[in-house]
Amino acid sequence: MSDPLSFDDVVGHRHIVVCCGTGGVGKTTVAAVLAVEGARRGRNAVVVTIDPAKRLANTLGLDSLSDTPHEIERDRWDPGGKAPDRGRLSALMLDTKSTFDHLVVKHAADDDQAQRILANTFYRNVSTALSGTQEYMAMEKLHELHEEGGYDLIVVDTPPTRHALDFLDAPRRLTRLLDNRIFRLLMMPTRAYLKAVGAGVQAFLRSVSRVVGSAVINDVVAFFRAFEGMEEGFRDRANEVLALLADGSSSFVLVTSPRRDAVEEATYFAERLAESDIPVEGLVVNRVHPRFGDERVEGLRARAETLTLKRAEAGVAAGDGAASAERLSSLYANLADFRQVAERERHHVAGVKARAGRAAVAYVPFLARDVYDFDALSEVARHLFSTATEPVGASPAQPSRSGP
Amino acid sequence: MDLASFCSPRVLIVAGKGGVGKTTVTATLATAAARAGLSVLIVEVEGKSGLAACFGKPPLGYEEAELAPGIRGRTLTPDEALLDYLHSHGMRRISRRLVRSGALEVVSSAVPGMKDILVLGKVKSLEVGRAADLILIDAPAAGHAISFLMSPRGLGDAVRVGPISKQSTEVIEMLSDPARCQVVLVTIPEETPVSELVDTAFALEDRIGIQLGPVVVNGCFPDFGSPVTVDEVQSLADELGVFVSPREALDLAAAADFRHDRHAVQQEQADRLAARLPLPQIRLPFVFTADIGPDEIDVLAAAFEGEVAALPAAASVS
Repeated sequence: MSDPLSFDDVVGHRHIVVCCGTGGVGKTTVAAVLAVEGARRGRNAVVVTIDPAKRLANTLGLDSLSDTPHEIERDRWDPGGKAPDRGRLSALMLDTKSTFDHLVVKHAADDDQAQRILANTFYRNVSTALSGTQEYMAMEKLHELHEEGGYDLIVVDTPPTRHALDFLDAPRRLTRLLDNRIFRLLMMPTRAYLKAVGAGVQAFLRSVSRVVGSAVINDVVAFFRAFEGMEEGFRDRANEVLALLADGSSSFVLVTSPRRDAVEEATYFAERLAESDIPVEGLVVNRVHPRFGDERVEGLRARAETLTLKRAEAGVAAGDGAASAERLSSLYANLADFRQVAERERHHVAGVKARAGRAAVAYVPFLARDVYDFDALSEVARHLFSTATEPVGASPAQPSRSGP
Repeated sequence: MDLASFCSPRVLIVAGKGGVGKTTVTATLATAAARAGLSVLIVEVEGKSGLAACFGKPPLGYEEAELAPGIRGRTLTPDEALLDYLHSHGMRRISRRLVRSGALEVVSSAVPGMKDILVLGKVKSLEVGRAADLILIDAPAAGHAISFLMSPRGLGDAVRVGPISKQSTEVIEMLSDPARCQVVLVTIPEETPVSELVDTAFALEDRIGIQLGPVVVNGCFPDFGSPVTVDEVQSLADELGVFVSPREALDLAAAADFRHDRHAVQQEQADRLAARLPLPQIRLPFVFTADIGPDEIDVLAAAFEGEVAALPAAASVS
């Protein structure tokens, strides 16, 4: 196995970085940190966010969904003026529907076909509510920024669904929908050899109409007719996206918390990515509890116990000693609690780390407050990069004895 | 408030942002209700949660399985809920074909919320059939929870006739009747989860008209008193005549500081939540000792009972 990677390699040399992980682990924050650091190192960086927390969105100047990236003024992310001149930072908050509309317009044979699709009720539902559409459009946006944006570094957040890896499958999901046999038959009702099958299909659809109403079926049929001829373009595009993700200049970063359930999900992601021959290049374990030394939990619990007994003895004799023994006992019990949490976190992380191969691994401790401004992003960055740019303000660091 | 009145709505939907311990709270609530003598059915709607693991059991399937005495569980998938529905409405013949041909995928894409309404419809039929004294839903993560519960209203526009339309009308009736159904929101006492919980709460009340029960604040560090310096640790040790190494004193003080700081942050966030959302709070302790399993759920259930007992009786809305 070759040398382990570092996050410096990831933001310094990769073209595309995809952050994946389950909900609530700080994926969007990590995506922002990577893009900011890229810009500070002189790259033209853009971060594509999906549903960021409000205050982080404000920091990135994202007040609403948008279809195009917006550049963040340099003095906000580089107030000291230390970044190389060519470094730039942009951000966008994915607008699933308008990205999809854009894609339809691009592939339609003419304006008339595009308008018929855009106006179709079924299309409007698919473009906003089909499961996996958000993932699909995140990847589509990535492809578009790659082709047309002129960026050195594109960092993409992924939606916080349980099936966060759907984006690998999402482009195929639409083509699978378009390939549905029953609806394909409907598009060719005039061909003689299909008539027999057609009758069966019609009967079936009548039954379906009984359940959902005929208006729905009519919309679907109209959609498939309108889409005629565009599948090929969509399929090619989907394949291009997958090829782009599998390219050596693309990088995947797993974000997890050290809790059992999050780690299980991260392990699952690592395995699925490996199946698709996509190596994980970075693993960020977020919100790690401090370790507080290396004493054994049992020993500390025994000390706490002994002191409690001492308190009982002292309680008979003198008041002050009892209070002190109780206080010291509770301090030991507390240390034992946190040592136990740290041991457990270390145990959980070991499993996913083993599957991450030569990926860069970083541990980000619990920070004193939520991460939503550039100062806090810099503080997180210090745990990812060997030579991260200093925090802008003077935010005191947490004890950094945190990595399991 | 006693547990029986807390659990008086027949359906409680447990919802919250990913990573706040929604599943743990579901298992805790189920255990507390079962201890109060209620029969409980837990319904999972997203699959692959750690719910069964909380009870030391293998993952749930569509068929009911016992998780603990008095607690059963099952997973509801849209496909199977639809098959169930069609079977019981004399449409057995088309049902298999609808699923197998992929037409369900197309139709449910055509009607957003179709899958959700199938699942909620099944919940409603369980509720009407009195499948248990209390039905607990481990809902999808927050953003999706809103669209999940919005589904019957959204559906009204797309599908105006037929059995699905009737289904959504009946589900709306259940969701908007506080005696039948309420939502228990879960959060952890941190800034972003608290802010998002407040947004979710208003969206649920305003857009869906569903009654909110008490909010569960999960993972609270119990109060630990004032922080302590290394010197103070040493003087405690001297006073008691016990040996504490300088390194250990440092660790004891650092751990106490951390606990104190986190507790202060948590307190601030729980107070902010109380100020922004006038709902009673149930605070569950952070579990230090182990990953969540049956023993930890028992401990949490005891804490839950204590918190519910401390709620004013007026908090019960029915």
